[in-house]
Amino acid sequence: MIINGVTIDATFAEAFPMKATRAIITAHNEKWALIAAQAMTGFATSVIACGCEAGIDRILDASETPDGRPGVAVMIFAMGGKGLAKQLETRAGQCVLTSPTSALFAGIDSDTKIPLGKNLRYFGDGFQIAKVIDGKRYWRIPVMDGEFLAEATTGQVSAIGGGNFLVLAQSQAQALAACEAAIEQMNKVPGVIMPFPGGVVRSGSKVGSKYAALNASTNDAFCPTLKGMTKTELSPEIESVMEIVIDGLTKEDIDKAMRVGIQAVCDLGSANGIKRISAGNYGGKLGPFHFHLQEIMA
Amino acid sequence: MSALTFTLKYQPKQRVDMSPLVCQLLQGKTLEQIAALELHSGKLKLRVDQVFDISGDDAQAIVIKNSFEKLDFVGKELDGGSITVEGDAGAYLAMGMKSGEVKVTGNAGLYAACEMKKGYLEIGGNVGDFLGAALPGNKMGMKGGTVLVKGNAGERVGDHLRRGTILIEGNAGDYCGSRMTAGTIAVMGQTGRYLGYAMRRGTLLLWNPPQLPASFNDCGSHTLGFLPLLFNSFKKLNSKFADASVAFNRVQRYAGDMSEMGKAEVLVKIK
Repeated sequence: MIINGVTIDATFAEAFPMKATRAIITAHNEKWALIAAQAMTGFATSVIACGCEAGIDRILDASETPDGRPGVAVMIFAMGGKGLAKQLETRAGQCVLTSPTSALFAGIDSDTKIPLGKNLRYFGDGFQIAKVIDGKRYWRIPVMDGEFLAEATTGQVSAIGGGNFLVLAQSQAQALAACEAAIEQMNKVPGVIMPFPGGVVRSGSKVGSKYAALNASTNDAFCPTLKGMTKTELSPEIESVMEIVIDGLTKEDIDKAMRVGIQAVCDLGSANGIKRISAGNYGGKLGPFHFHLQEIMA
Repeated sequence: MSALTFTLKYQPKQRVDMSPLVCQLLQGKTLEQIAALELHSGKLKLRVDQVFDISGDDAQAIVIKNSFEKLDFVGKELDGGSITVEGDAGAYLAMGMKSGEVKVTGNAGLYAACEMKKGYLEIGGNVGDFLGAALPGNKMGMKGGTVLVKGNAGERVGDHLRRGTILIEGNAGDYCGSRMTAGTIAVMGQTGRYLGYAMRRGTLLLWNPPQLPASFNDCGSHTLGFLPLLFNSFKKLNSKFADASVAFNRVQRYAGDMSEMGKAEVLVKIK
């Protein structure tokens, strides 16, 4: 398949089941809601070493938030429910509780609940107050700038992590420009996050390493400087490869994000140095979710 | 299906225990079976059809017409469905209600919503003492749900209140919020003496400055983030509380009762 001179490989991205949650951070203004959200979702690019993958789902208008203030919806993905709950609590406690004027609310409903403010309340040292409003429990925790309001729990849902595609370009600048264009469009899709810095990862990995202590290492088949010394996937004109990784609440969300992202890259086309779109997989043996690029773009 | 309607034929001299006439106990019964049920009235046991004309067939929507102030225990332990009282209701209205809805167009007597667990109670007129309270000797009053009073409330509103919300559009009598363990009472009108007497936790939300006991301490003026959520939750009510113009989030906060646990608060609207 070729779109605007860009070859879409007959391959697929392989993704895994994960557990996810969503929370809404509000603040005095959008600036401070974003600061809290960025802090909360920082150092959360990959479960390999961060314990979770997290990102901003979208910015919310004051009319969309529970307390009528500007807000940001964040999503956190982890391999299991226990790890997810731990990450959520740690991040909420260190990054949102501490952030001026913030409040924290559940962002997704589910039968499975995990603590949001439920345990943070102990920071109140006995001065905390519970309020049940419309059947939901909130904790009012006295802090130095007033009160930190946090909903007791949020929902935990089954989700998918590891959707991805690779952008193969003639130069580093062209690969980056294409990925920026893709991320701009993908950020508009609800229910997905692109957890890497700016949504883009330049150090895609393969499973395993020559070093026994490492379980992942550089994806040498896609490293342009190794073209002559490894079993490369790259043709001679490819000088830079960047990857976009997508975690989503459903397969459909990831499908949609990949479609708009790849389309944005293809819109730049071969004229702007974009040569191929590929994807990372492990032969289909590890992840039950397969995102076939050509099917998505059909 | 039309609402199962009980129209009072005459006003019995003694008080009548209406507790058998709740939705879950009448579900599946024929009109003949309902007519044969017995209601206690003083020393007498009265058949339902001696006291009421019965019509309709939907036991999940009960209407009591021509009601007066001696019909006690209306909606006692109601577990789903709705009861509408046209007229006044007696004491112990919606006592121990588990879920569902009770609406009274007129006034209600003592101990309305006492030990209520969940659901919604609306009183169109005034209500007597001990609204949402615990029965004498018990330590836990209303444990959940919402009570709306469009008129005035008597003394001891929310005595031993454990959880839930009591909204009073009019005035509340003395000892409002006494011995409260938790929950919320909002009063748009005036409150009486001994407000929050021995209150442990919970919130009294007031539109007008109260006569506060000396055992409440001023914590200053604040903008509280939970108040917009609370007022939002009132929007679905048929009440002045639903009106966005009555909402506020700037309050003077008083903590007390310092002669008790001291973790309760009185929030007074800053005008």
